[in-house]
Amino acid sequence: MNSQLRWRKFVNGFMLTMTGVCALVSVSVLFFILGHLVYHGGTSISWDFFTKLPAPVGETGGGMANAILGSAKMLLLATLIGVPVGFFGAIYLAEFSGGTTAFVVRYAADLLNGVPSIVIGIFAYSIVVLPFKHFSTLAGGFALGLMMIPITLRSTEEFLRAVPRALREAAMALGASKWKTIATVIVPAAYRGILTAVLLAFARVAGETAPLLFTALGNRFWSPGWNQPTDSLPVAIYRYAISPFEDWHRQAWAAGLVLLGLILVINIVARAILSRGIAVPRS
Amino acid sequence: MHASVRPVLSVNIPPIVTSAATREMSAALSMRMTISKVNFFYGSKQTLFDVSMGIATSKVTSLIGPSGCGKSTLLRTLNRMHETVRGARLEGEILLDAQNILAQDVTSLRRRVGMVFQRPNPFPKSIFDNVAYGLRINGSKAPISEAVEKSLRHAALWDEVKDHLHKSAYELSGGQQQRLCIARALAVEPEVMLLDEPCSALDPISTAKIEELLVQLKDLCTIVIVTHNMQQAARVSDFTAFLLTGQLIEFSPTPQLFTTPGDPRTEAYITGRFG
Repeated sequence: MNSQLRWRKFVNGFMLTMTGVCALVSVSVLFFILGHLVYHGGTSISWDFFTKLPAPVGETGGGMANAILGSAKMLLLATLIGVPVGFFGAIYLAEFSGGTTAFVVRYAADLLNGVPSIVIGIFAYSIVVLPFKHFSTLAGGFALGLMMIPITLRSTEEFLRAVPRALREAAMALGASKWKTIATVIVPAAYRGILTAVLLAFARVAGETAPLLFTALGNRFWSPGWNQPTDSLPVAIYRYAISPFEDWHRQAWAAGLVLLGLILVINIVARAILSRGIAVPRS
Repeated sequence: MHASVRPVLSVNIPPIVTSAATREMSAALSMRMTISKVNFFYGSKQTLFDVSMGIATSKVTSLIGPSGCGKSTLLRTLNRMHETVRGARLEGEILLDAQNILAQDVTSLRRRVGMVFQRPNPFPKSIFDNVAYGLRINGSKAPISEAVEKSLRHAALWDEVKDHLHKSAYELSGGQQQRLCIARALAVEPEVMLLDEPCSALDPISTAKIEELLVQLKDLCTIVIVTHNMQQAARVSDFTAFLLTGQLIEFSPTPQLFTTPGDPRTEAYITGRFG
């Protein structure tokens, strides 16, 4: 009896320690990365980094203003493509379709989600770059937008489906049409989840490098308009990291830090927005 | 279950009991709604068999019967909420003010026939916005804040919430939430209000408040209530319909149904021998 009890206590302690350590490891990975980025790139982060073009090869200093702006423009374009398509597609899936259609669309979205990002890049290259005869912001944004569609679609659909049936019935029993019910009750009840989904999709594509390599290409100068090659943070990181210059390595770390910081800030802002308003309690 | 009752449940069902008193009442009262020969199917499964009854204007009509007898289904056909379920099919005729509801626009029908559900289901909005919802979606011209106050007063909730109309509806207790749902349904001034076991998720005190409220609301609209609770039917309703396995067994003035039921199955049910 006594030895059995001791054994149980041992197993309990062992499992508790193991789960605790695993939880700690998963958290510390983020902090380790963050610390590493700050350690290596922190010194290169200055006002210049955000406002200046890259310095000519051989000189130190300069910044990545063009890459930051290029990333911002492409992410804006991607959001304009990916979010509406994913959002309205999810409304159709969750509210109107049934049976085979829903199954096919859902399955296709899952497959699209699993398509390697480099393949998305080749696709955008042949659809946008070749006809325009230009690497461009447009092509890069298009590629990233394609990647946002399935992520937004699937998670938005899940959140719409999670809205309790009782709320739909309440609205319909008051004489709301199906569209009114969706617009005034279902989407507002699910909007926190939907916004989280959009943010996850955004954060995911913000760091994508492969689809930009032969769509946006990269550029060491400003890229006016939408139809010229442009730099972006992930591609700049890639190019600087494989360069032979010590200063460029530091700048690559700094760009990584900026990218991570950007996503972190967006997350925090979104969570602040989310904490307002009234949540549907779990029944 | 009592052994002697069993055979009663399985005999062929005779025509529904309509007492002299029932006939008298249907002649004297105006009928807000008339249900005639309604058959209802979920896919191939029939859940209502040839149900015919009237809903008297400005009275409370209750539907009682054991679980699965079709009382909620019958209630939901009255504002065509059954259409939200795939594979549901209705045969027969339901009239509201002598017009067939199945031929009407469903959204305008539901404005005239409101509904309160089993569990309180306020929207994730403020108390005020919950009550105002029906007015807003229907583009009501009436001043909204006055209409909201009026509805909350009718639902006996005004004094409890008037100082925090802009708080979340979820901060209210379950009973208050259900009265809020009643206020929300009342705001569009329906002619008929359907209540689907409105007290089954509530404590006795909240239940008592809602029952009291229903009796007062008769002046505003016609009420149909589904309930598991026979005492509740006896307390609040003027007429009671007893359903069993999708058939209307007996439909009489409430005191009569509970004191001198005309069908042995009704008697067996109300005396607690099954269900």
